[in-house]
Amino acid sequence: GLFVWHLRNTGIRQVPCQFVHLCRVANDRLVTFQYFNFLKRMYVTQYNKDLSQRAKPKSDSVASPFRELQQLDQEKKVIHKIRPISPVHQPLSETLSRNELREVKSAAETEGSVAPVRAESKEDRQWKEMKLRLDDLPGILARLSKIKLTALVVSTASAGFAMAPVPFDLTCFLLASLGTGLASCAANSINQFFEVPFDSNMNRTKNRPLVRGQISPLLAVCFAASCGVPGIALLTLGVNPLTGALGAFNIFLYTCCYTPMKRMSIANTWVGAVVGAIPPVMGWTAATGTLDAGALLLGGILYSWQFPHFNALSWGLREDYSRGGYCMMSVTHPGLCRRVALRHCLALIGLSTLAPVLDMTTWTFPVISLPINLYISYLAFRFYRDADRSSSRKLFFCSLWHLPMLLLVMFTCKKSLLDKEDKGDLLGGDHGRAMEIRLP
Amino acid sequence: PPAHSCNDWIGPPDKHSNLRPVIFYVPPEESPLERRLREARQEAQACNQRFWARHNRAFCQEKEEFIYSRLKAKGLEMRDETGQKATLNAEEMADFYKDFLSKNFRKHMQYNRDWYKRNFTITFLMGQVALARALRWLRWKKKNVGN
Repeated sequence: GLFVWHLRNTGIRQVPCQFVHLCRVANDRLVTFQYFNFLKRMYVTQYNKDLSQRAKPKSDSVASPFRELQQLDQEKKVIHKIRPISPVHQPLSETLSRNELREVKSAAETEGSVAPVRAESKEDRQWKEMKLRLDDLPGILARLSKIKLTALVVSTASAGFAMAPVPFDLTCFLLASLGTGLASCAANSINQFFEVPFDSNMNRTKNRPLVRGQISPLLAVCFAASCGVPGIALLTLGVNPLTGALGAFNIFLYTCCYTPMKRMSIANTWVGAVVGAIPPVMGWTAATGTLDAGALLLGGILYSWQFPHFNALSWGLREDYSRGGYCMMSVTHPGLCRRVALRHCLALIGLSTLAPVLDMTTWTFPVISLPINLYISYLAFRFYRDADRSSSRKLFFCSLWHLPMLLLVMFTCKKSLLDKEDKGDLLGGDHGRAMEIRLP
Repeated sequence: PPAHSCNDWIGPPDKHSNLRPVIFYVPPEESPLERRLREARQEAQACNQRFWARHNRAFCQEKEEFIYSRLKAKGLEMRDETGQKATLNAEEMADFYKDFLSKNFRKHMQYNRDWYKRNFTITFLMGQVALARALRWLRWKKKNVGN
């Protein structure tokens, strides 16, 4: 609901041209994000950060020749040779303006022409003592564990738990969520531990704690162990062994398969999609204790969702990936990249129709979800056909609200236990009962 | 970094490699284990720096060459009337990115193996040093309590 509310504030925004003024305002960019949907912030910040990635040294006062390639609209006005890109739709105007301020800031830094320097970048240019300060530690660990991504993972696991056709057990729910969260923290920390030099070279990831030396690798590993071991133990002992096993497997898949594979083969995307699909399955098995068709369907929905989401995102990061040595479809097999995104959007429609067949939801679900699924499929088709920056961004931002909305609709259409017992009533009383938001 | 500091210092990202250099503190009574750790870290740092500086420079250079050749093929100049450098759009650059990635694949594989090995060794040594220091501190504590 929270996601949906924020994401509803749609509108096309263009950043004003007075970027000097904007640059000053941008000084408190990070703090203002607190007000917005953290999901939006995470993705938009990260995504937009890439747009001005440059291989050329930053301190060059000569305008880096090829940064134009990554520009947003306002920089178009400054540099004339760029092919016009259609205005990017940003759901939150302030998010957009803050982000584009950063873009302009980065451009300005490169040119060395605009004086105001962001507080953070000034700090960045100083030598720092590598001593761990305890009051910084929570922030550092939050960034190490990618706390926002973890929160999203936990929410998909909760969705899995909520969709399970059993009476709701609060303790089990909390234990499962906590265990999943800890496992996710551990996996993310190990991922960052493995990727330090690569993260340094990508704009999106260069402010990570290990890259900045705010924490030692040893501490990162210890943190990962101290999250992972209790997390998995909690899942195995406090919930059930199946969930624990799935959690451990997911950590392994993410850290030992996906992370190294990113640099070896494009198949990493499929492995990554499985990693994303497992948390809701874990939520389901936490509730029911068994791995049944409903769990797999939920997993399947999340698996399919990963493709439009990631492929659209990676379309704008091709330069970074190429330079960093990452094997991604968007770089090596661009046609496949777009085809797969489209294919999986269409698969989402099919999977949504499967939900009532498996008795997970009522038939209202495929009906209500059809518009959203069709919309994302349409954007995926546009991405497939146009293969440009704007269509990839549209698809990416759509995927951000598409998933929470789909899960929410699924939950509201969940077949109540009473309905299930009283099969005869299915056709009659369904619609009335199905639309209640149930938390049994 | 100040002379009296007892810690390592980390600096801003290097211009070419984007990696942050670390100046290591050498304690007066550095144990052989600690020296091994420091040397391993220094070596890794030097190796990483060499690799990425060279790699990034090659990327920039090849990118320029690619753009130049493409612009030439299109019959355009490198700079337009206002003096701004001409560029190609993302779709045209995509060919270059794909090419560059596949050309450097073997290099990256070698570097990955190297990096993972070094990373594990350094972290393991860090663990050993931390353990040794902890034991030393406990022994010192016991001695002081005894006194």
